[in-house]
Amino acid sequence: MPLAEPTQTAPAPRPRPTKKFGSRATRAAIPAENGALYAARRKIQPQAVRGTFRRIKWVLLAVTLCVYYAVPFLRWDRGPGEPSQAVLLDLDRGRFYAFSIELWPQDVTYVMGLLILAALILFLMNAVAGRVWCGYLCPQTVWTDLFLAVERLIEGDRRERLKLDAAPWSMEKIALRTMKHAVWLLIAWWTGGAWVLYFADAPTLVGQLATFQAPAQAYIAILTLTATTYGLAGHMREQVCTYMCPWPRIQASLTDEHAYNILYRDARGEPRVSAKQATALRAAGKPAGDCVDCFACVTACPAGIDIRDGLQMDCIQCGLCVDACDTVMGKLGRPTGLIGYDTEANRRSRAAGGGPVSRIVRPRTILYAVLVAGIGSFMLYHLATRSFTGLSVLHDRNPLFVTLSDGSVRNGYTVRLSNKRPGERHYALAVEGLAGARVEVVGGVPGDLPVPSDATQEFRVLVFAPAGARPDPSVPLTFHLTDVSTGETARAHDTFKAPSP
Amino acid sequence: MAETANPGTPPAGPQTTGHEWDGIAEYNNPLPRWWLYGLYATIVWAMGYWVLYPAWPLVSGYTGGLLGYSQRAAVLGEVEAVRRERDLRGRAQLASATVAEIRADPALLRLALATGKAAFGDNCAACHGTAATGRIGYPNLQDDDWLWGGTPEEIERTIRYGARSGHGEAHVGDMPAFGRDGVLKRDEIEAAATYVLSLSGKPGIPGASAEKGAEIFAGNCAACHGETATGNPEMGAPNLTDAIWLYGSSPEQVVTTITNGRKGVMPAWEGRLDTATIKSLAVYVHGLGGGK
Repeated sequence: MPLAEPTQTAPAPRPRPTKKFGSRATRAAIPAENGALYAARRKIQPQAVRGTFRRIKWVLLAVTLCVYYAVPFLRWDRGPGEPSQAVLLDLDRGRFYAFSIELWPQDVTYVMGLLILAALILFLMNAVAGRVWCGYLCPQTVWTDLFLAVERLIEGDRRERLKLDAAPWSMEKIALRTMKHAVWLLIAWWTGGAWVLYFADAPTLVGQLATFQAPAQAYIAILTLTATTYGLAGHMREQVCTYMCPWPRIQASLTDEHAYNILYRDARGEPRVSAKQATALRAAGKPAGDCVDCFACVTACPAGIDIRDGLQMDCIQCGLCVDACDTVMGKLGRPTGLIGYDTEANRRSRAAGGGPVSRIVRPRTILYAVLVAGIGSFMLYHLATRSFTGLSVLHDRNPLFVTLSDGSVRNGYTVRLSNKRPGERHYALAVEGLAGARVEVVGGVPGDLPVPSDATQEFRVLVFAPAGARPDPSVPLTFHLTDVSTGETARAHDTFKAPSP
Repeated sequence: MAETANPGTPPAGPQTTGHEWDGIAEYNNPLPRWWLYGLYATIVWAMGYWVLYPAWPLVSGYTGGLLGYSQRAAVLGEVEAVRRERDLRGRAQLASATVAEIRADPALLRLALATGKAAFGDNCAACHGTAATGRIGYPNLQDDDWLWGGTPEEIERTIRYGARSGHGEAHVGDMPAFGRDGVLKRDEIEAAATYVLSLSGKPGIPGASAEKGAEIFAGNCAACHGETATGNPEMGAPNLTDAIWLYGSSPEQVVTTITNGRKGVMPAWEGRLDTATIKSLAVYVHGLGGGK
């Protein structure tokens, strides 16, 4: 069942007949006064809530921010001459370090694999429990949450903020606003500052930044990220999710009726009546919904939507409306969970008077899980067994061969050796496939080719067919490289060219 | 930003843009206003760009812009800056070091090979070919046969002063025109050619006597090419017993060479190329694979 379909209308009687619950009408009526093609954003001032999901979000916020700000300062000993930062993307030297892993530019396939893995994990999360990423882990959500908390601390909760917005400018308003934006900018600046630390030795760069000796790129990156953080988390907020992010659209086409999402259980909530009326109706044996139309879920929503309209694109599924509703239900002495994680199939089954249906294990989730496990283990295997010695051979394009004064034939190759380990290493090069072949290296000895620490070295290699030999015009040749100290080997294939007989 | 963000407003029906074509109307999903301001900002930006930077093509040329910026000039400036820095560091070292010293220093060797490769393409490839394989009359520099010696120092000297170039230090030594000058008769030349070809097992001219050729060789050719015909790099006299033939190894070509003589010219590059480039060329040519 596609996401865009509105949820089913609850059975009558309806106390507010003008309100077509869950109809498209509510969504199409976005503030387009007088048919204007452009509308000003309606500022959202979410109400603070307490509850399980708020607590989960606080913990995740603290953990993710700590990871982000602290990781550049973790140290990892890689020996002399090598960076001692645990996670470092060294753009100058083209190296990425993550603890014991070191990747070269040609290992970019791991990044591709990680992206594929990330996409599949996102699909899996979505198939199981909806927009877990959006609601709890996405940087946009985390930083917006942080900025909202700052706002709440300085300007007060929803009611005070609305009042402050409406109030004329006064010394107090100026002071509050200045303080809020100053703290926002400080957090934004710190965010940008932490970002650049992933690209250079963090303690050194912090020192340079403090004494204004850091490279210009560092300052430019910090300023840019300060501006984007301040703009996106302080001002754009839910608009980033609604207008900029493609994921809500993709998610809508990936979900199905068995995926858990934050849902309003309309079978239980409708018809909406006040608490007093509900008591009276129930006493008279008439149906009365649990929803008292208090709008606690709406005022708590950072995306500014009404969850009772059903699953919708703007909803990031952060669970704050669940906390808001549970609080109200608790006060009214009704069971909690009027809004909660549920599936569309369940909702329909209940509306039809049936029991709960839950299918977490289904072809979709099995496929995603198998793909995640398969690709993940393939990448791990590949990473664990990858070679630290590289050999690439390029035959001279021109001339293909050279006839020497004794009539023998010589071929030239450009050979590049890679030493992906710290410390200078020595390699022995040999060829196989041509009987009696002799190998020479210009400016070196084939049995002892030095390659500096964590680097590549190019050599010009000459292979001679023995005098008097008449090799075929093209003979397959295998180059063998052996690490003199560890015995690690690498191979490459090429050909030996000779004049046609 | 659903309608429900503002609970006070009564829900309205779907609004359209008011445009209608054959009964088909378009829903109005208004864009955020800041987006519109973003569009205006890019228009203002574009106008500023037109004034400050090169923008509009004209009949012959273009509007230059107030800043006078030119991408071409900027790139040329960067290239010049890099060249100057290279001159300061690497090329100065190349100029002062000997060829042997360059070859002993891996970093300097790499610089010399790169410099030499570029300089070879610009200056030498016209005669010796882009792959330094030469052609008839122009030596193949890839092989191990060297008229004037194949050590790096000897190659450097040949590049610097040339051969028969008119430079005071140039290599000299001619192959005389034995036939044209009347020193040898036609049958003697054919005999000598047959003898010389027989040294590397090649067929000679039918009817010509290799034994007679050997006598003629000893009397006329051995002075330069040596008793055993293995040549003499002092005089640029090639080794006649190997597989390399600068002017061709067919009997006709050899007869032509003996009859008319040979005087291939290698120009002197001193004064045309700087010392660093000449040394780099020597290192590069030596490193092609045939160097001694």
